[in-house]
Amino acid sequence: MAAPKKGRKAPGGQGKPGRTLALMLIVMAALVGGMFWSGETTPRLGIDLAGGTTITLKAEAEPGKESAVNETNMNTAVGIIERRVNGLGVSEAEVQTQGKENIIVNIPKGTNSEQAQKQVGTTARLYFRPVLNVLPAGPATPEPSGSPSASPSGEPGDKATDGKDKATAPSSSPTTQGRALTEALKAPSPSPSGAASGQPENAQSPAPAPTPSGAAAGSALEKQFAALNCLDPKARANAGKDAQPGQPTVACGKNSIGGWEKYLLGPAEVDGRDVDDAKGVLDPQRGIWIVQMDFTSAGAKKFAKITGKLSQQPSPMNQFAIVLDGEVVSAPQVNQTLSANAEISGSFDQQSAQDLGNILSYGALPLSFNVETVTTVTPALGGEQLKAGLIAGAIGLALVVIYLVVYYRGLSVVALLSLLVSGILTYSLMSLLGPAIGFALNLPAVCGAIVAIGITADSFIVYFERIRDEIREGRTLRPAVERAWPRARRTILVSDFVSFLAAAVLFVVTVGKVQGFAFTLGLTTLLDVVVVFFFTKPLMTLLARTKFFASGHPWSGLDPKRLGAKPPLRRSRRVSAPVDPKEA
Amino acid sequence: MSRLGNLGARLYRGEVGYDFVGKRKLWYGISILITITAIVGLAVRGLNMGIEFKGGAVFTTPKTSVSVSQAQEYAQEATGHPAIVQKLGNDTLRIQVSELDTAQANQVGKQLAEDMDIPAGKINAELVGPSWGAQIANKAWTGLGVFMFLVVIYLAIAFEWRMAVAALVALIHDITITVGVYALVGFEVTPGTVIGLLTILGYSLYDTVVVFDSLKEGSKDITKQTRWTYGEIANRSINSTLVRSINTTVVALLPVAGLLFIGGGFLGAGMLNDISLSLFVGLAAGAYSSIFIATPLVADLKEREPAMKALKKRVLAKREAAAARGESSEDGDLEHHGEPGDEPHGEATAAGAVVGQRGRGRPSSGRRR
Repeated sequence: MAAPKKGRKAPGGQGKPGRTLALMLIVMAALVGGMFWSGETTPRLGIDLAGGTTITLKAEAEPGKESAVNETNMNTAVGIIERRVNGLGVSEAEVQTQGKENIIVNIPKGTNSEQAQKQVGTTARLYFRPVLNVLPAGPATPEPSGSPSASPSGEPGDKATDGKDKATAPSSSPTTQGRALTEALKAPSPSPSGAASGQPENAQSPAPAPTPSGAAAGSALEKQFAALNCLDPKARANAGKDAQPGQPTVACGKNSIGGWEKYLLGPAEVDGRDVDDAKGVLDPQRGIWIVQMDFTSAGAKKFAKITGKLSQQPSPMNQFAIVLDGEVVSAPQVNQTLSANAEISGSFDQQSAQDLGNILSYGALPLSFNVETVTTVTPALGGEQLKAGLIAGAIGLALVVIYLVVYYRGLSVVALLSLLVSGILTYSLMSLLGPAIGFALNLPAVCGAIVAIGITADSFIVYFERIRDEIREGRTLRPAVERAWPRARRTILVSDFVSFLAAAVLFVVTVGKVQGFAFTLGLTTLLDVVVVFFFTKPLMTLLARTKFFASGHPWSGLDPKRLGAKPPLRRSRRVSAPVDPKEA
Repeated sequence: MSRLGNLGARLYRGEVGYDFVGKRKLWYGISILITITAIVGLAVRGLNMGIEFKGGAVFTTPKTSVSVSQAQEYAQEATGHPAIVQKLGNDTLRIQVSELDTAQANQVGKQLAEDMDIPAGKINAELVGPSWGAQIANKAWTGLGVFMFLVVIYLAIAFEWRMAVAALVALIHDITITVGVYALVGFEVTPGTVIGLLTILGYSLYDTVVVFDSLKEGSKDITKQTRWTYGEIANRSINSTLVRSINTTVVALLPVAGLLFIGGGFLGAGMLNDISLSLFVGLAAGAYSSIFIATPLVADLKEREPAMKALKKRVLAKREAAAARGESSEDGDLEHHGEPGDEPHGEATAAGAVVGQRGRGRPSSGRRR
């Protein structure tokens, strides 16, 4: 950024304050208009504020396995169901056990409860499917997906892959995911992912996928595979959802370094019911966590067949994918025929090994559930509570207004208008994003928004105080407004960055309610910057041209005398000379 | 209010200066005392975990004409815990209370049946598991860890490692105090509380960074002058942002105070109070710590640097020489208690412009002739 020669020409919307303001107002009008046009005039509210639907699920043990309805399994089921209902954004569904054999799921109003019932009421299925192809997560350019180009990619499924032109062969990364072995331990081949290897290991194209259901279905699936974008949570959740075990399908999965990849998978050869037992154990020889599987006798036969076939194939078709609820949890390579028992080794820690063991031994949901009842529930937070809270918050806000008016006098117009603009923008964006990302406003999020009032106000308080400092230096208002801006701007950006960092980290890492809160925090922080840059600052520039403010009227909040400016005061309203930076 | 306005002017001119840095031992002492109280409170009383973390009991009533708020009162009386009451469908109630085991739950169920005029045995009592799975809590902690790590790196790059350390100390101070107050008051810890804590964390750092930004600006080219020591510059920075700190704190606290005192006055304890209490305490602590803890701590750490020690020597030597020559090192008009930190600055330049450069390479002196 070049040092501004004249204050008024400094970047940051000073050049044409009127134009910037007009633009801001147009954006605001567009958002509010969009809100009314789409009919989403209120933010969706969470369960605690608006109530919703509660679904009671009753666990059904399989005959002969009555002991399966125990605390451990119920808790596993809660975890899985929670993942499923909250899989589509920040919908804030709550899942808890009730009594010995029930699980209750609370879903906020406005969520499609039928869809939610489907999600929670079906027992998740686990399948072993042969891998036909693996690609990085993004949608491919329309080239036959059967022959991925052999250009090197950074990391398969790397987040940076925006999918525009990166239909590259995976650099045999699945080897790092885990390898199914029997007694013979093969040294894992080095993973070139992320390494600067110029060529992927397997530059040959895999043979076209053998699709048993005819070429037409095959090509449709190929298209689906090419278009699939595993970086998009929605697409991810739907990718392998309705796959029939006898049909090939597409699915998403994480590789060992946590990046997403997409898989083209053949028909299921073995399913969760063929696994007799599985558990995460510590391999004493290698000191790493592995998952051991024992198959039932029928399962062992099928497993031997598929592994025998797969071990003859070139990579990536020598892998089988363990698909749970339509998502690939692991895709080990097969180097030889395996039978009754196998192990999966990879980058497991104790938790993930035991989880996978648990999932495998129960075919995902350890129990099957029946939907017992579906009823509406009223808000957890009583109506009086909410009303009182709103009244109290309004009183608090009124006090803020009074304080600002008394302290800043004329300037408080800028402050209050900025707060109003922030409020309108926040409200309309929350309303519009409700359906888009399943955002639901709950009490904690409301509190986050209340704190955001302080952070938003802080931005213009910092700016105002800077302006006043400049006036105390003896400047007239217009140069003061421009000179105060760069310093105030830096403070605002540095401090808002910290806030935004907190929001971004929490949003990425957490789930459920915390994620919803992080979203609110991030949104309000971003809007704070937008409002200060494109509303407060240009408005200030415009006001500085008015007689009332520029002459330092006692009620303007910028009276040099009251601020204790040093004489000599420049009272004249002659257009201020540009600040001369080259002062002797 | 105009007094505050004048205070701004006087602070600006350096006529008034509160010696924040010089009295730092006092602030540290106060904070250590409060923190110890908080930790003791935490150790003795422990935290009262809500139903979302610990599970509890749920009572389902048959059709009843009892209102939600009435049921809430009954449950509160019977258990001593705040209850979440929801209407299921049209007219059955679901009452959730934390921290009850089976025996207690049955007892409470009988009591509730009596209160609500429902035949005994018609109220269905069951234990519920935590709905806020360990998973969500764990992820929240992971997020917190990652954030702390990143923020320390960011502050170390944007400012310097000493400021990163001081900001972290202030942050831990704020969180400890808030959690301690929670334990002492005995409010239940709900997901709202956790989120309140996360909010505080963001705000505490935010506020500290605003003060640090002015300190960074003030201490630019500090070694090229012999008028002030680092501690004094730090003090001037606090003073120059004092009006901003007061105003921002008032504006941030007013709505929360409204929720806490007015909302609480209407209703007594409730979910709103849980959150607004943690926010109120945390925001106040956050504003306090950025002025009284974080900045003095930076000054402390900085003064240990050899360069700063040398500077201090030079400054003191110069002052002594000036005193020996029988004149003040300043332009005269020394006033009140003459602490080094509030010696008036001859020219009323902004604290940010005490030395040489200001902003983006502009000259410091603002006076246009």
